[in-house]
Amino acid sequence: MRHIISILLENEPGALSRVVGLFSQRNFNIESLNVAPTEDETLSRLTVTTVGDDRIVEQITKQLNKLIDVVKLVDLTEGNHIERELMLVKVKALGAQRDEVKRTADIFRAQVVDVAPGVYTVQIAGDAGKLDAFVQAMAPIGILEVARTGVSGIARGDKMLSL
Amino acid sequence: MALETSRGETTVELLSGADMIARFLKDEGVEYIYGYPGGAALHIYDALFRQDDVKHILVRHEQAATHAADGYARASGKPGTVLVTSGPGATNAVTGIATAYMDSIPMVVLCGQVASHLIGEDAFQETDIIGVTRPIVKHSFSIRHPAEIPMVLKKAYYLAASGRPGPVVVDIPKDMTAPTERYEYVYPNKIKLRSYSPVTRGHSGQIKKAVELMLKARRPVFYTGGGIVTGRACEPLTDLVRRLGYPITTTLMGIGAYPQSDRQSLGWLGMHGSYESNMAMHHADLIIAIGARFDDRVTNSTSKFCPTAKIVHVDIDPSSISKTVRADVPIVGPAASVINEMISLVQDREPSNPEALIEWWQKIDGWREERKGKLYEPAEPGEPLKPEQVIEEICRFTRGEAYVTTDVGQHQMFAGQYYKFDKPNRFITSGGLGTMGFGFPAAMGIKQSYPKDDVVCVTGEGSFQMMMQELSTCKQYGIGVKIVNLNNGSLGMVRQWQDLNYKSRHAHSYMESLPDFQKLIEAYGFTALRVESPEELEPALERAFADKNELVFLDIYVDPREHVYPMHVPLGSMRDMLLSKTERT
Ligand SMILES: Cc1ncc(C[n+]2csc(CCOP(=O)(O)OP(=O)(O)O)c2C)c(N)n1
Ligand SMILES: [Mg+2]
Repeated sequence: MRHIISILLENEPGALSRVVGLFSQRNFNIESLNVAPTEDETLSRLTVTTVGDDRIVEQITKQLNKLIDVVKLVDLTEGNHIERELMLVKVKALGAQRDEVKRTADIFRAQVVDVAPGVYTVQIAGDAGKLDAFVQAMAPIGILEVARTGVSGIARGDKMLSL
Repeated sequence: MALETSRGETTVELLSGADMIARFLKDEGVEYIYGYPGGAALHIYDALFRQDDVKHILVRHEQAATHAADGYARASGKPGTVLVTSGPGATNAVTGIATAYMDSIPMVVLCGQVASHLIGEDAFQETDIIGVTRPIVKHSFSIRHPAEIPMVLKKAYYLAASGRPGPVVVDIPKDMTAPTERYEYVYPNKIKLRSYSPVTRGHSGQIKKAVELMLKARRPVFYTGGGIVTGRACEPLTDLVRRLGYPITTTLMGIGAYPQSDRQSLGWLGMHGSYESNMAMHHADLIIAIGARFDDRVTNSTSKFCPTAKIVHVDIDPSSISKTVRADVPIVGPAASVINEMISLVQDREPSNPEALIEWWQKIDGWREERKGKLYEPAEPGEPLKPEQVIEEICRFTRGEAYVTTDVGQHQMFAGQYYKFDKPNRFITSGGLGTMGFGFPAAMGIKQSYPKDDVVCVTGEGSFQMMMQELSTCKQYGIGVKIVNLNNGSLGMVRQWQDLNYKSRHAHSYMESLPDFQKLIEAYGFTALRVESPEELEPALERAFADKNELVFLDIYVDPREHVYPMHVPLGSMRDMLLSKTERT
């Protein structure tokens, strides 16, 4: 099963490499990884999506917790949560293609954020499934480049990952 | 540190980074540093030169420094300390760091590093040692300002020794130790790490559950590991096991946690463990695992492991629980406190199936009886000595009280099987990583802290040659370890596998050009005795153990055809064993 694990990490040099290294060292799988600072400058938040059975995911969370730089973590998929990913896509936009790109973008509530001769850049946010669907829909028109941020997530309601 | 002047004012002490390191080590109570100097560490070496509190032992190879510090740590329970220079000094230490990591040994490794402004430029002797050691340390630090040295070192020692212990690397760029820059030094008495707080006790509800299972069990076995030794839980463990009257088997790392000469002890278990311990594990209905990690050398195939047993697993490291074998009752907590809680619950209660337990013991005694006198075939007249016999004799000579270190191979298994340990911290071996070269430097580290005890390194001619340069260190510091070289003229354990799995095609497991060990040892000014026949053994041992302060090397020619048995049959269960060259279960 797919799991989304959010981690509060000490904002120390080398901390990220310990997390990433752990995954390769122990043969755990990473589907996507997303890191950025938080409102507390001593912490960064890292979200990793991984696939594995219960036993493996139990090991992943235990091994992560063992890292001294990991302050706290949560497996978001254990409860209700919101999952978002941002994607920027460059697509071919010549002649009739322009309208088609625009129409498809509208259907997905994506926005054209940059225009150049023959090329549109579209921005879309959503869960990973929606982004996959958008890529599929755009494929026949002609995708030139895709940049995805990787999944970020947060629990619904008053549940929080904080100190 | 705040100092009182004669007029009663307090002044703050200003020290250079290098002096802070020396001073911190003293304040931390460090007795010995094992190390080797080089450019990036020279400010630190200069600071060590100007003090007498911490003794520095100059090894002959940085790997030996780590093993010596490791041996010291295993015998004393205190963290070992290593100091090396950047680049090759640090990379030479890597095998020793990995060895300590695999066996959860507390150790702090101080590595010199090129000056901060050179980092990343491929400067002379620059290695990203934090990166290189990342998967084999409990944690690591880089010093970024001299003022943080006391706190970082305090954290390093605290992390190394607390919770599940392990090695911690501290990378120290040369400019952090510059003699010209001085900062306030205060020994930090307290530390706070918001992301690290090892559990101090187990979950009471889980402990109750475990005790209920324990009292109801019909065929229970205690299976305990190195966590009992590092967790200082040998006494409560012995108490609990005696109260219940259940059998106990330990891992190689847990040897001596419960007296092996006691009737309830089945010896150690696993690939080369005793017949009765492996049989008992396989037939048990309850396994009480404490401070052990169900490693593959213990379990054999996990899918066939202990098919009828429920498993209680106590460990301080949650990630050890249900990693390879699912626990029915997981308990995260320090061994000593959990066992003490178990004792208080067991008090005044009796196991509820006394008849079943009597039957269980009859079964176990039957297994014991089956193998009695058949463990190995003693040498016939005219035949070479059997290694098993040599170990039994050494055990007798040292009254089972020596510190015994080993290298890796057949001799290691024989030492574990035929020396009987009634005390913990006495059998010192690289269990997890299986590092050839470990034994001699480890013995060196132990002997220095226990000068009145016999410290015996049981080694093989293959392993000894990996760290034999340390003879020079022993000479310099007068370290009187006894080296027992079970010389079978081959990489015996490799040869055994080749006999069993490769139709005796002995690819590179034979050493044709062994040195004359006697001459070699004499070149360093020590005594070496060659033992080629059974009659020569006793007088040689007598000579070797006559003086506790003298290094003596025994080059003992043993039967090269000997195999270590029992031996697990690959992919089988715990009871699937080869018992000799012709018998199997
Ligand atoms: C550093 C290292 N290299 C290789 C091995 C693989 N290995 C395990 S046992 C062994 C043979 C050891 O030979 P020796 O020290 O003579 O001991 P014996 O088995 O003959 O008693 C080898 C090569 C190892 N454990 N460690
Ligand atoms: Mg050998």
